[in-house]
Amino acid sequence: MMTAYEKLLAARAQDRPTARAYIEGMFTERTELHGDRKYADDAAIIGGIGELDGKPVTFIGIERGRDLQERIRCNFGCPMPEGYRKALRLMKQAEKFHRPIVCFVDTSGAYCGEEAEERGQGQAIADNLMQMMGMETPIITIVIGEGGSGGALGLSVANRIYMLENAVYSVISPEGCASILWEDASKAADAAECLKITADDMKRFGVAEDVIIENFDAFDVMCEDLKKRLLSDIQEMERFSGKELSEQRYARFRKLGVYQEI
Amino acid sequence: MNNIVGMFRKSRNVLESGGITPEVEEKIRCPICKAIDTKRSVAKNKMVCPVCGHHYRISARTRIKTVCDKGSFQEIPMHLQTENPLHFPGYANKIESARLASGQEEGVICGTATIRQQPCAIFVMDPQFMMGSMGSVVGEKITRLFEYATEHDLPVVGFTASGGARMQEGVLSLMQMAKTSGAVHFHSQKGGLYITVLTDPTTGGVTASFAMLGDIILSEPNALIGFAGRRVIEQTTKKKLPDDFQRAEFLQDCGFVDAIVSRTELRATLERLLKQHRKGAGV
Ligand SMILES: [Zn+2]
Repeated sequence: MMTAYEKLLAARAQDRPTARAYIEGMFTERTELHGDRKYADDAAIIGGIGELDGKPVTFIGIERGRDLQERIRCNFGCPMPEGYRKALRLMKQAEKFHRPIVCFVDTSGAYCGEEAEERGQGQAIADNLMQMMGMETPIITIVIGEGGSGGALGLSVANRIYMLENAVYSVISPEGCASILWEDASKAADAAECLKITADDMKRFGVAEDVIIENFDAFDVMCEDLKKRLLSDIQEMERFSGKELSEQRYARFRKLGVYQEI
Repeated sequence: MNNIVGMFRKSRNVLESGGITPEVEEKIRCPICKAIDTKRSVAKNKMVCPVCGHHYRISARTRIKTVCDKGSFQEIPMHLQTENPLHFPGYANKIESARLASGQEEGVICGTATIRQQPCAIFVMDPQFMMGSMGSVVGEKITRLFEYATEHDLPVVGFTASGGARMQEGVLSLMQMAKTSGAVHFHSQKGGLYITVLTDPTTGGVTASFAMLGDIILSEPNALIGFAGRRVIEQTTKKKLPDDFQRAEFLQDCGFVDAIVSRTELRATLERLLKQHRKGAGV
């Protein structure tokens, strides 16, 4: 049994498949689409149109990069505001053409920097949360690695969320939490435990529908299984109207939270 | 920090008990211009320095008094009590001391009121309650307020003050961002007006959700508004940031704030905007 911290390290491991690998493994007939049509193309968010067994689907993923050069180019998977706006543009496009949307989440968080603030990182994420809630097409999100805070949430307002078995989701990085709590970032392992960040925790809280077993040694088999799951989910969801899908999505998030009614 | 909190608490007495005159007139020194004034005269000016216009941080209850018509505020009772779902170490104690320090049960107060006769639903976050951080109860209360406003065809005026999502409730706090943003969406879909007033400080998960979703986004002068913390950015980029970074004026220059409105002018501004959005005011 791995500890929360061991899972966090596994989720961050450099040899772990990144979003691009899943997209290439599952979607055929792909066209990658670039840019937010407002400012720039953020390499940390990749997106486009592809097919799942002949069915057109919009894919969007946070990409960490596979080698150092790529990692630098995509900011180590920390999206800029224009990345979230690019994702929203592609989602709106998907909605217009009644295409389902599949998102892959893998980030330590939205980029923290002067230019990200100047271009409205908070506003960009907020807009995604609100617009995704209203989206009248199926949305499925798969957390394939690290689900870091608001930066991950910006692609997670989905009808269904899946977590890979060693993927994590957290409100704050365990390092950040440890330095606030104990003024000691090296206590990240303790913080990871306290924060309850594992895939099983997400299922227990109702944040995720299911946990997906990792099988990176037979990655093509894993992608094939994942594809089957997505197709059957999409088929199920397409029985509902766009409006119903939006309402179901809201109902899903509406019940998240723990408090006592007195 | 402790001094400032102490200052709020005394000034709250002045404002909230209809002006108890302290036996010895207490003095207050503006942290910005260093002008010395009586607490009474600063409180009368809505806790804005009469000399330089510095806006003191104020509690949610004081805020309600400065904005709503006298006696018009009706809190919507929600009866929600904070839990410790993660059994996070020290959380129960933190909540208890926040309750004592603020006199509030949680970090936001929700209700209905009139502002110069204009009816609205209103939420006010309390910077003194764990830095206005958002956990399950804060998220649920704001969501319920938007649902109430949607049902009753009311505009929402929201005052934000928050350090962000509350760490101690983990991912459940994070999910409140999605939940509240959804509630804003459905209110908006029904044609509801939402005005946010950003106050010092509005950061993190609150900035990245309902704070930035107003049809109209106002801000108090010099309020700190941002997504990432200044220290985090300086650590990441190893660069010193300019002093005005993430201040309301900077946000307005960048295009994310509609207008900066002084606390002393706010009632007039809100009245005007609420009037202009009354049902039937347009064509
Ligand atoms: Zn002053």
